[in-house]
Amino acid sequence: METTKLEMLKEKALNIRLGALEGIHAAASGHPGGSLAIADILAYLYFAEMNVNPADPKNADRDRLVLSKGHTAPALYAALAEKGYFDKELLGTLRKFGSILQGHPDMKHIPGVDMSTGSLGQGFSAACGTALAGKIDGKDYRVYAILGDGESEEGQIWEAAMFGAHYKLDNLVAIVDFNGLQIDGKVTEVMNPTPLDEKFAAFGWNVCVIDGHNFDEIEAALANAREVKGKPTAIIAKCVKGKGVSYMENQVSWHGSAPKDDQYEQAVAELKANA
Amino acid sequence: MADKIATREAYGNALAALGEKYTDFVVLDADLAAATKTGTFKKKFPERFFDCGIAEGNMVGVAAGLAAAGKTVFASSFAMFAAGRAFEQIRNSVGYPHLNVKIGATHAGISVGEDGATHQCNEDIALMRTIPGMTIVNPADAIEAAAAVEAAITTYGPFYLRFGRAAVPNVCPEGYKFELGKGVKLAEGTDVTIVATGLMVHLALEAAEVLKAEGISAEVINIHTIKPLDKDIIAASAAKTGAVVTAEEHNIIGGLGGAVCEALAETCPVPVVRVGVEDRFGMSGKVPELLNEYGLTTENIVANAKKAIALKK
Repeated sequence: METTKLEMLKEKALNIRLGALEGIHAAASGHPGGSLAIADILAYLYFAEMNVNPADPKNADRDRLVLSKGHTAPALYAALAEKGYFDKELLGTLRKFGSILQGHPDMKHIPGVDMSTGSLGQGFSAACGTALAGKIDGKDYRVYAILGDGESEEGQIWEAAMFGAHYKLDNLVAIVDFNGLQIDGKVTEVMNPTPLDEKFAAFGWNVCVIDGHNFDEIEAALANAREVKGKPTAIIAKCVKGKGVSYMENQVSWHGSAPKDDQYEQAVAELKANA
Repeated sequence: MADKIATREAYGNALAALGEKYTDFVVLDADLAAATKTGTFKKKFPERFFDCGIAEGNMVGVAAGLAAAGKTVFASSFAMFAAGRAFEQIRNSVGYPHLNVKIGATHAGISVGEDGATHQCNEDIALMRTIPGMTIVNPADAIEAAAAVEAAITTYGPFYLRFGRAAVPNVCPEGYKFELGKGVKLAEGTDVTIVATGLMVHLALEAAEVLKAEGISAEVINIHTIKPLDKDIIAASAAKTGAVVTAEEHNIIGGLGGAVCEALAETCPVPVVRVGVEDRFGMSGKVPELLNEYGLTTENIVANAKKAIALKK
């Protein structure tokens, strides 16, 4: 990857992480762990992959992103604000009464949100439906769904996986944030959904396993997804929950709790220092 | 009266018939196309029909995604697995974003017959009524079923269309014009109002005839649209007659009876007696046997009409 592109992506990812934490801190609630985990993937999707235009958020030919793991909305909102869908000032209103930035993505009120999600398992099915609509209409837009590894314990994920392969939705990419943790502990101890790669392959998907924080690997997997015809692609992205903030990394306690003032300051300082 | 026809049959026929006039709707089913009658549409428009297999939750999610991309979508299964199994998908993926998805639920109520309790859904209206923005239509006959399908196509938003397995006679008068959200007065009366929906409408008309022979004047109102409910026609009739009987093939909790009680309590409090499934599960049997067992009969409407009249102050 060219240095300029890499630097641009790093900057976008940093801003997504900062924006997500700003909202969560201001709200004193939200899900920082998973938000930080998917920041690099969102940065690549919105700034190097997807054909979207913030000035025309409902364009029928646009690529779509469905955040099936809707609780990591703070990262999505930060990415949308960074892209220009709405003012970054709004990020501080996350989860507050009267704000459009609901606790989970709300397609009716938030520019750039392609599907309302939050109840785990459901967004993936919707992504399949939108990908099918593209096939029906002969459009060449692509649909990206971001799933959680814990979310993959939902039966509906596998109903949708069956559907995506059955209808040969090669315009659909599922990216699984495989960070290994869910609310009650390690995914392998709570209810082991692994091996996710073998499961998706067995369901008829093209599968890539990557480091979800390595932009070269994200780029290569998404390029591979475009090349593979006749089947959808699942990218199992090994991510670090809480990525970039030392005390949050791989700590399940940061799944759904907000940093206090001093913790927030430390997080911002660390993210900026390491950028 | 014309030959009896099941509303599910009319649903399938209407989808197929309207497929040419409205070119942008698609139909999903969950391995029940032969029973829900979406198979009739599939035969004519195979490229607009998508079987989702036995996975109702995913089907509703797929419907939401199709609708998010601009499609009008019918998603069909038995009422039990559409409203029941996929309730939360309907609530969160269709209702909350207010997407243009039409749940075509067949085999509602106990008239499913021999399959028994696991397949007899007497709770779907109650479930669907609690979803903000959901329109619920429970047609009384084939004419109304076809009209409801077209109304669902031409009206944006989530719909729950409730169809039955059993053949029912036509009750709609000649020249009938279906109006979404409007109750239909099928008989004028002064002593008691019978508010009925679905297959109970023709029994309500029979009950009115029986009552008439006994010197009791019953007004009959067909409520095809259970939500939004035509409170005006019900309240006006209740004000005139002073007593109401509801009749539905559904649990008396949360369905038409519940809706009418809620409406009248706030507009025109009069005694209301509810005829319906009295908070029981279903069972196997032939349709007439089941209707009799659960009190979904002309005789029971008559008896309860008298009960309602006796409750008048």
